[in-house]
Amino acid sequence: MSRIHVLTIAAALATFTAPAHAGKTLDGIKSRGQLACGVSTGVIGFSAADSQGQWRGLDVDVCRAIAAAVLGDANKVRWVPLSSQQRFTALQSGEVDILSRNTTWSLTRDAALGLHFTAVTYYDGQGFLVSKKTRVTSAKQLKGAEICVQSGTTTEKNLSDYFRTQGIKVKPVVFDKFEASIKAFFSGRCQAYTTDASALAFIRAKEAPNPDDYVVLPEIISKEPLGPAVRRGDDEWFAIVKWTINALIEAEELGITQGKVDALKGSPDPSVQRFLGVGEDLGKSLGLDREWAARAVKAVGNYGEIFNRNVGADSPLKLPRGLNAQWNKGGILYSLPLR
Amino acid sequence: MRASSRVVQALILAVVVGLCVLLAVTTAGHLEQRGIRSGFDFLLEPAGFTLGESMLPVDAADSTLLAFVAGLLNTLRAALPGAALALGIGILAGFGRLADNPLVRGLASAYVNAFRNIPLLLQLLAWYFILTDLLPAADAAMHLAPGIFLSKSGLSVPWWGETGFEIPEPGGFGIDGGARLTPEYLTMLIGLALYSAAYIAETLRAAVLALPPGQRLAALALGMSPRRAFIDVLLPQAWRAALPPVTSQLLNLFKNASLAVAIGYPDLVSVAGTSLNQTGRAIECLVIVIAVYLLLSLVAAAISHRLEQRTLQGRPA
Repeated sequence: MSRIHVLTIAAALATFTAPAHAGKTLDGIKSRGQLACGVSTGVIGFSAADSQGQWRGLDVDVCRAIAAAVLGDANKVRWVPLSSQQRFTALQSGEVDILSRNTTWSLTRDAALGLHFTAVTYYDGQGFLVSKKTRVTSAKQLKGAEICVQSGTTTEKNLSDYFRTQGIKVKPVVFDKFEASIKAFFSGRCQAYTTDASALAFIRAKEAPNPDDYVVLPEIISKEPLGPAVRRGDDEWFAIVKWTINALIEAEELGITQGKVDALKGSPDPSVQRFLGVGEDLGKSLGLDREWAARAVKAVGNYGEIFNRNVGADSPLKLPRGLNAQWNKGGILYSLPLR
Repeated sequence: MRASSRVVQALILAVVVGLCVLLAVTTAGHLEQRGIRSGFDFLLEPAGFTLGESMLPVDAADSTLLAFVAGLLNTLRAALPGAALALGIGILAGFGRLADNPLVRGLASAYVNAFRNIPLLLQLLAWYFILTDLLPAADAAMHLAPGIFLSKSGLSVPWWGETGFEIPEPGGFGIDGGARLTPEYLTMLIGLALYSAAYIAETLRAAVLALPPGQRLAALALGMSPRRAFIDVLLPQAWRAALPPVTSQLLNLFKNASLAVAIGYPDLVSVAGTSLNQTGRAIECLVIVIAVYLLLSLVAAAISHRLEQRTLQGRPA
């Protein structure tokens, strides 16, 4: 609670003292020499500090790419770990420039919280993890079950929506902290655990005493498009974040990888040339230089590389691309054209 | 002189009120300027979430306000019995520390020192993991007595349910029927009571020790047994001195109940946290929690104040 108190009061004071500074986010970042990036307090694959204290994950790489694009250095990021209750207030009050924290894009959040979602970086959905001992094979068999869930997410609402539709009553057991909710589930307090499917894969693989004793149920009960958000009132900054993410996705489509950025500058393909700033200068419209997109990809790789490294085949999570494959490879990832 | 001091006081009050109003108006203005919706209208909209346990039959379609009320009732449901329990244990432990028997004295002081010196949050987590780790799974519940089951899912006892008076029996994912005290509730009850009781014990001990030694000696000289001297002479006097700090401990217990969210008990703070996330109304949800705690604490303080007044009136001149 105490952290929420402090932040909310900070937000109230910030709104009380500071005048709105539209269009000044980029100036602020440049004069500070640092991007303030709001991340989670630890969701492996998306944003978590490793044993050396380095932040790693898909959401982390998005911030690093943006820092590379606007500051020329992917390491010039100040990481601000935020709980799910703190995150919106931290963005509203200006404590962070961007909220890149596996946050679901929904109407209420987009319209009523004074923030703008920029682009989807991961298409997720909510699922269930159960112990095989319960012999449950479908979420529809969870009548009367107690379901452990972490508070401060869209999860609780989806849970109650889904089971109302099914006409089944379940009992949520809502925990403040991720660790406590996981501990309670694996100690047998609840018959099921629910959160986004990407996290379930991680929880089963890394937190379960024996992963083979647990199974993820086939039902996906919600759409959870996750993506970074920025504060309202600064269209210039909104555009930079939106187009940097589009650039990471477009780079994969164009075959521009981290290792080939420099070599491809000689490519005859006009799209590749435009992307790398060889021909036209796309950066100018964004208030950046012509090499912004090239720097972003050189720093963290294209979307496919980011995905594989953090959550995909080359990571412990081994999540399939699924919906997050390119539009021409069976997924729904579709970069807006960079031209 | 008095008139001028009244003017000064009125001025100070006016400045404080003015600053509060300015803060509220400016904050609301900036929130609107930044496109952040504010206001308490969300309280009347459907909550969209349910509580794991509740004394009210609240549903996701019911209003957020009702969810808040259910959360508050859950807080009181843990805090009020917890306070009664704390008072009982505290009195026993306080006397235990004054006992002549060294074993009783040693046990009582070990208890007081252990529970006073470990942060409450850690105690709650420890109790919770003891209850959920060590007890058997719900499908292998301990059958303590006819109709009474204890498991990771909690303590099931016979009680009136949807179908009248129900005796719990194994079924579904564990035990069906009757009333169930969940591990979250039991943890709150045990954790809050034992923590506050340790403080109450110390308060009582101090109050008894603070009495002039002549009181006890005089009672003994009159031929009273040590026990009678304690109950009839020392205790009534000590109680008067102990009453204000003991009520303040009970108020602390009520405020400490807000730690419930750490162990998954759906109290007022937990409901506010969930509503905050569904609606994004951070300031509003926080104001509600602050106002409720402040109001209830003030009411409790007023009651205890009247109680003190009455006790003091009975005091011999």
